[in-house]
Amino acid sequence: MWVGFRLQLKMRSRSAFDGILGVIYPMFFATTIFLLYRQTASPAELVGVSVGSAAMGVWSATSTTAAGVLQHERRDGTLELLVAAPTFFPLVVVPITLSMATIGLYSLVVTLVWGRIAFGIPLDFADPLAFICAALATVVAIGLVGFLQSIVCVRLRHAWAVGSALELPVWLICGFLVPLSLLPHWVRPISWVLPPTWGVYALRAAALGHPAWLDIALCLALAAVYGLLATLGAGRIVDSARARATLALS
Amino acid sequence: MSVIEVQGLTRRYASRRGIRRRTSFEVEAVRGIDFHVEAGELFGLLGPNGAGKTTTIKMLITLLLPSGGSARVLGHDVVADAREVRRRVGYVFGGDRGLYERLSGLDNLRYFSELYGVPPREQRIRIAELLEMVGLSGRERERVEGYSRGMRQRLHIARGLLHRPDVLFLDEPSIGIDPVGARELRTTVAGLSAAGTTVLLTTHYMFEADELCDRIAVIAGGRIVAQGTPAELKRAVVGGNVLEVEAYGVESATIDAIRMLPGVSSADVEVLGHAQLVVVRAAPGAEVTSAVLHEFGSVRVGRVSTREPSLEDAYVELVHRA
Repeated sequence: MWVGFRLQLKMRSRSAFDGILGVIYPMFFATTIFLLYRQTASPAELVGVSVGSAAMGVWSATSTTAAGVLQHERRDGTLELLVAAPTFFPLVVVPITLSMATIGLYSLVVTLVWGRIAFGIPLDFADPLAFICAALATVVAIGLVGFLQSIVCVRLRHAWAVGSALELPVWLICGFLVPLSLLPHWVRPISWVLPPTWGVYALRAAALGHPAWLDIALCLALAAVYGLLATLGAGRIVDSARARATLALS
Repeated sequence: MSVIEVQGLTRRYASRRGIRRRTSFEVEAVRGIDFHVEAGELFGLLGPNGAGKTTTIKMLITLLLPSGGSARVLGHDVVADAREVRRRVGYVFGGDRGLYERLSGLDNLRYFSELYGVPPREQRIRIAELLEMVGLSGRERERVEGYSRGMRQRLHIARGLLHRPDVLFLDEPSIGIDPVGARELRTTVAGLSAAGTTVLLTTHYMFEADELCDRIAVIAGGRIVAQGTPAELKRAVVGGNVLEVEAYGVESATIDAIRMLPGVSSADVEVLGHAQLVVVRAAPGAEVTSAVLHEFGSVRVGRVSTREPSLEDAYVELVHRA
């Protein structure tokens, strides 16, 4: 898995265009959000907003691409080779989606650094160790949500559209920018079953000096459930694709 | 025990037509085929586009589930023991796709080594061996996006051999490769077969099949219409000689008339620039030259030659009959 992850990350890091977008997009997001909030938010709230907009970058880097990743493999003619390999298929896909979430880590760093340079939002987090662990847990969690997305969308020819459709609602539902308490009551259970919600809670708690470890644990536990669901679904969906002959376009 | 045993193998595809009123229908791509391949044999599966060759291979390498019948590879059922089959077979297809463009050739091989379970200690040696074998040593650190088609195809071959498969499936591996590359590929495939690897090859190039294959099955319309060694196929199907007439402006009515002549098994036209090459296959013992030339009438005729039947003639005959 490690070699797969490393090579997938290498491949995804090699596009100069994607690389520039990966840096510039989070800066635009962050700038818009900081300009909106800095008039009214307290310094502590600004740190929370900074962390939330950083998590947005990780999610955005993963959601659209994860949904369409197997479609992309199909178009490149590599999906059949991945399925024909003796390696358990989920172990082939997880490194791919984790590499995407890791690319999102660039966005997280860029957002935080940009907030510090352009808007003076401090980077002196109260619990740096918990913050790093929360960031890694969020990346892993988003990677595993991406894994589930990629498996669910494997037979959809317009899988990327599913990813795009999920991108913005998750910003809202997971409380990246707006506190969950402002959302209607019926939305909250949906937020609680999404691992990024707990990842963002953990990042904010670690940044502001509140206890973060329970949120990290919840984020990872939910991520494990998503990973398990994707693993269980992978066999069935691949068998279905083999039955319906949808692994290749040709 | 045969390395590949196929019995009554069938594959149907569901398809749809219409935009406003969509109706579903089934296409039977493979219709109950039977064949077997012995250990170390180089077996060719020949047929026109859409005949069912690739579908058959994809069922054998577990990428498609059969709709009926059974297939065993190295004694393992392709449905029930899919993972064991995958562990022991290699798959190479022709064309530009199937590689990671942004990675180097070396990284592509490293990645697939992991996926195909090559132990980490062996990977470096195995990859170096294969790069040497396919002639990519020295170019392995370049990104695949800069490779020529021939280089990509050679990388495909190396990828397919990483885990030392007992059976290698080659689906039109020489498609789009220049003649020198194709010759090198044939040498590589012949070497693998000589070393004991069982190979199932599909190709459109008859000379390739003739040169390489121990036995051949011709598939048309999803059915196997003939099986045997290349020599057996030639003898069984095209007993007589083949007459080739270069002509200018021959009409389809003339060809139809030639087909109706006694002693003519089949007649086809190939376009050669401004000229046409009319290929007439005669029945065993039949002499058709003067009768055929008579049918040309006022059409200008160039070179006329007679030759022994080739595998291509046998193939065309079989496909026409099907």
